[in-house]
Parts: sequence; structure tokens; C-alpha cells
Amino acid sequence: MNSTLDREFLEIRALIVQLAAAFDRLDRCPDSAADDPRRHRLEAAIGILTGASQMRAEQVQLHFGKPYEAEWREKMGFAKTT
Amino acid sequence: MDYIDPHIHMVSRTTDDYETLARMGCVALSEPAFWAGFDRGTVHGFRDYFRQLTEIEPRRAAQFGIQHYTWLCINAKEAENVELSREVMAMIPEFLDRPNVLGIGEIGLNKNTRNESIVFQEHLDLAARHNQLILIHTPHLEDKYQGTRMILDMLCDDARLQRHRVLVDHVEEHTVAAVLEAGFWAGMTLYPVTKCTPARAVDMIERHGSERLCVNSAGDWGPSRPTAVPDLIMEMKRRGHPHSLIRKIVFDNPREFLGQSPHFKLSENS
Repeated sequence: MNSTLDREFLEIRALIVQLAAAFDRLDRCPDSAADDPRRHRLEAAIGILTGASQMRAEQVQLHFGKPYEAEWREKMGFAKTT
Repeated sequence: MDYIDPHIHMVSRTTDDYETLARMGCVALSEPAFWAGFDRGTVHGFRDYFRQLTEIEPRRAAQFGIQHYTWLCINAKEAENVELSREVMAMIPEFLDRPNVLGIGEIGLNKNTRNESIVFQEHLDLAARHNQLILIHTPHLEDKYQGTRMILDMLCDDARLQRHRVLVDHVEEHTVAAVLEAGFWAGMTLYPVTKCTPARAVDMIERHGSERLCVNSAGDWGPSRPTAVPDLIMEMKRRGHPHSLIRKIVFDNPREFLGQSPHFKLSENS
């Protein structure tokens, strides 16, 4: 038996049910969220959960975040540091 | 178990919260200057706030045997007003010798703007000129990754800064490695919705180890739990982590980081 599953199976199950219910709620709402880009981002995040990565939490965080641009100093007009 | 909360905004909490913290084992805490929920209009408002942090809160904490320390700055949300920010930064040295002041913080970025970056770099200069520890706020949600990387860039640009004297706070799964690998301390903030849960914080400890890693509650005027650090202790116990590792995270590590300030003097009883 897996000790983490022993400890957390019911909690994880509850989280998944909450997630399922949240998507059902989105589908039920009268002003359809089907074309909202936020809905697409949520669905893409679900895809990360079912992937093979062992860094799912990090991948989901990056998925929802703005990208880093290494040239931000130049774009803001700061002198380049060497 | 005795613990130290290195980031909690007690000006927003009741005296009952101090008593609860003491009952839960909190022996010391540090309170960074932050946003009051509205933009302050003048430097005089900040002077009064710094008096509250250096005179009033230590007395409230002492009633319950808690040692109160603090950090001074103008926060990133108000940094869009560069003129006011410079007035506040010019006034901060008046307070640096007060016995509970540990350094400059929580400085950082909010929306990752040019003005925020200017004020952040000027705070770094202030800290370097006065040999102060630095406590850094990183942005929330979609701005966190970009903002944290920008902050690391600016920290690494300033060769005067000693990385072991800087703590980058509010790290999450996508930012913790970059902070630790660059040689800085990292703080995980246990805060509902926008930051990190106790379970996820323990996951990060299991992945990244316990060196230069602290946890805090950031308890403030928003939805937050001032007793979040004991929640983490419970989660670590639940997973079977040894007492020595738990103590390192909630007591030894913050004591080591904060203890780099000559003002941090933990009582012998702790």
C-alpha cells in the first residue's frame, strides 16, 4: 500500500470532485463561458495534470503566469548591465 | 513547538491574535512595512506608520512574551509615486538605529512596472549604503514569475549586496528553485488563494531541502491565518517528518537569517 495514498486519497478525491463540479457550474451558467480565453486556460491546465510530468505544480504555475523577457531592462529604458 | 514568524503584519491584527500566537508557540516575529489598503498621501503618514512599527507594536507583542522586529520601506504598490517614494526613503535612516529594526523591506514589485523597478533599485542602494538586511516581496498570480525573475536580475546587478543577507519572499513552485540556486534565502507564505498552502509548502521542502528556506503567515488585513505556521508544523508531523527538520524550518532558519542583524537578539529561553 502507498502511504501517501493512505493519507491523502480522500482529500485528493474531494479536490477532483470540486474541480468537476466547478466545470459543471461553468457549463450551466447562462452567459456561456465557452469562448472565454480564461476557460481555455483552465482546460489546458487540466491537460497538464493528466500529463506525465513530475513537475505538474510548477508547470501549472508557469501556464498561468506571464513569461519572463530577459531584455526587460532595455525595453524599460534602463542601462544594460554587463 | 517554539517558532518564529518572519513575515506577519500585526498592525492589522487584534491584541487577541498576539495572545493566540503566543499560545501556539510563537516566540518572535518580524513585521515588514506594507500597503495599508489605501495609498498614503504624504511622508508624514509613513513617519507615523514607522513609529507604530517601532514603538507601539513591540509593546503590544511584549505583553505576551513575543519579541517584535520590523522592516522599513515604501511598498511596491505605492512606488508608482516616485517623488513620494524618494521622500520616504530619505526619511528611513532616522529609524534604522531603533532596536527592533532589522532592515529594508518588504520591497519588490507589484505589477512589474518601470517606476516600481526604479524605486526597488533605490531601496537596494539604501540597504547597501546602510549595511541592512533586505526582505523582498514578489508579485502575485500571473505577475509572479516575470516579477521574480526581474527582481533576481536587479539583485544580481548590484555587486554590493551579499546574497545570504537577502530573503526573497512569497516563492512558489515555479520560483523557488531560481531564488535558492542564486544563493538567496527564500520564504514561503502560507496564505489562502494567492500564495501557498501548508501542504504545498511541505512539498517544496521535500523537493528542495531545508537550506535557506523559511515559512511565514503574512497575516494581514486580508483573508489570512496568523496561525498558518503551526498549520505547517501539523502538516509536517502528519507526513512523519522528524522534529529536527520541522524545528529547522520554523525556528533555526529564521533565527539564522534574522540573526544577521545586530538588532535581533532572541531571548535565551527560546
